[in-house]
Amino acid sequence: MAEKQPLVQVKNLKMYFPITRGIIFQRRIGDIKAVDGITFDIYRGETLGLVGESGCGKSTTGRTILQLYRPTEGEVYFDGQNLTALKGEQLRRMRRRMQMIFQDPYASLDPRMTVGNIIGEPLEVHNLLSPKERRARVMELLEIVGLNPYFVNRYPHEFSGGQRQRIGVARALAVQPDFIVCDEPISALDVSIQAQIINLLEELQEKFSLTYLFIAHDLSVVRHISTRVAVMYLGKIVELTDRNTLYNNPLHPYTQALLSAVPIPDPEAERQRQRIILEGDVPSPANPPKGCNFSTRCPRRIDICSEVEPEWREVEKGHWVACHLV
Amino acid sequence: MTTQERAVQRLTNGTPVPKGQERKVTNLWLDALQRLLRNKAAVLGGIIVILLILMAIFADQIAPYHYAEGDSNENYMVPLWLTKVMPGHMEKYAKIGDKFILGADYLGRDILSRIIYGARVSLPVGFAGALTALVIGLVYGSISGYYGGKVDNIMMRIVDIMYAFPTMLLIILLMAFFKTSFGGANEPGTAAYTFNQINKIVDRFLGLEGGGMLFIFMGIGITAWMGIARLARGQILSLKEKEFIEAARMIGASDLRIIVRHILPNIIGPILVTVTLNIPGYISTEVFLSFIGLGVDPPTPSWGSMISEGSRAIRSYPNQVLFPALALAITMFAFNFLGDGLRDALDPRMRGTS
Repeated sequence: MAEKQPLVQVKNLKMYFPITRGIIFQRRIGDIKAVDGITFDIYRGETLGLVGESGCGKSTTGRTILQLYRPTEGEVYFDGQNLTALKGEQLRRMRRRMQMIFQDPYASLDPRMTVGNIIGEPLEVHNLLSPKERRARVMELLEIVGLNPYFVNRYPHEFSGGQRQRIGVARALAVQPDFIVCDEPISALDVSIQAQIINLLEELQEKFSLTYLFIAHDLSVVRHISTRVAVMYLGKIVELTDRNTLYNNPLHPYTQALLSAVPIPDPEAERQRQRIILEGDVPSPANPPKGCNFSTRCPRRIDICSEVEPEWREVEKGHWVACHLV
Repeated sequence: MTTQERAVQRLTNGTPVPKGQERKVTNLWLDALQRLLRNKAAVLGGIIVILLILMAIFADQIAPYHYAEGDSNENYMVPLWLTKVMPGHMEKYAKIGDKFILGADYLGRDILSRIIYGARVSLPVGFAGALTALVIGLVYGSISGYYGGKVDNIMMRIVDIMYAFPTMLLIILLMAFFKTSFGGANEPGTAAYTFNQINKIVDRFLGLEGGGMLFIFMGIGITAWMGIARLARGQILSLKEKEFIEAARMIGASDLRIIVRHILPNIIGPILVTVTLNIPGYISTEVFLSFIGLGVDPPTPSWGSMISEGSRAIRSYPNQVLFPALALAITMFAFNFLGDGLRDALDPRMRGTS
């Protein structure tokens, strides 16, 4: 990461989902602003952790970067290419270089396909390798993710959650991508299995020099795996910096509140821990507050907060914050 | 040494893979067939369906008499064994004679032969109903569900409107319309004439001398697809949001591939089962139509028209209702057993269970 080359560049990305009303004549009566103008880079070889509470737009961000949703506005550059401008076949070809690991290992594998077919499908779609080589590659992939290669002819329901997630990882690896979006890959798993999958992902990153966007809501997991961490609140990124800076010197009041909620595995320190309890609920993404999105709940709010939207700026080198106070 | 062998060797350190871990390559359909064959009720249903089909095909060879052949001197004739099994009025009034195994109807026609020929009406009605429902319903429902939004909205409102109309009433009106407008059309060049000619071809193909089968197919087909369309749409809507469909899109699969490889295999089970379980419904619709006189044209036998005719003499000659009804019941059971078996067989989660 010495050279710090950006692999993925996200510029002012917005993803709005229309709210419609009416049975036959559907009128657009508003938008869910799931992602509302975010800008950041993901460097080659790093793991960018993306944290935030449920419904803040983390998953939508991941999916919009991969063009599973076409963004309402903004651009995503992948290795210099503007993905948002690509269509059809061109985009399909780019999919070989970016993949996704899904949250729910029970829903992300087709129950009617054997493991071999699931993992081999990306190869088939992109016409890579002959059927025989493909099979060998599938077995190799199974081994890489720590499963018995002889499981190829089994169906997903014959596996446990952790094993299924390994299958999902193998599928993502099949086309040898550069970039993988991990959409809460461990939050549906037992705690004991979570560590295994995390270790697997770290191992694979080293082995195949992968770049991850790691979406999660578990702050300690993100701290463990990430190089840099971005904090999201209500469709916007409020703070982005390298892991240690974020955890030791959070600047945004939301980040501070979020971090204060992490229990410390030391009874002495835990007793001293000062929690910042936020009041109220997250506003609806269909109707975000004026000014700063966090202004309705911020314990350190000043007048300007509910008037002017804070600028997304680099306050120190590599430390981006959107807050009027810093 | 191939990569595969090397991978295995590395993993197992040269020791053979434990028994039961290796599995033969199977595909979904072969696997389903194996499971179907393990299900005794389904096999029985399947055998009965096959026998019924054979009976319909070889009716000319099996039936002792032609279905329209009758002598009014032999009407209501009852064989001796029947009077013993069903004592009542029969022995007082009926002509006793062993010419007909199951007796003769009010025109002296052999009931057994008419039941055998009746399969040529009931089975095609069941299958044609299933086929039209499957083809129209699946295509319509798939388009509606997969594309969603406005397309879905308009397509489903059409179905709603058709659904709101009482099905039986719609079929009765359609049948009355077909029979009066197309049935007697013999003026070349008109659409009605074309329909009538196709109808004659269909009848001849089914080995019947007239009967108006095309009209019955059309009447049932027009009303049968809506349920399947709704089912297919609903299945696709719920499936579309599943992560594995997104995963397929993520790896760059085309719409066609997603529909054919991921969506259809996942919905075909419930749809096939529903269609199979609907076959008795189509058959009974025809029976009902024939019962009220809007089904097949006489003298073509249909189990429905036989039950209808027989019901007039039900107290004196219960055999006239009983045997066609029995044929109907057996057919219904067979299709239901088969449908149940299919449902279990097509679910891979049932793999390994009996």
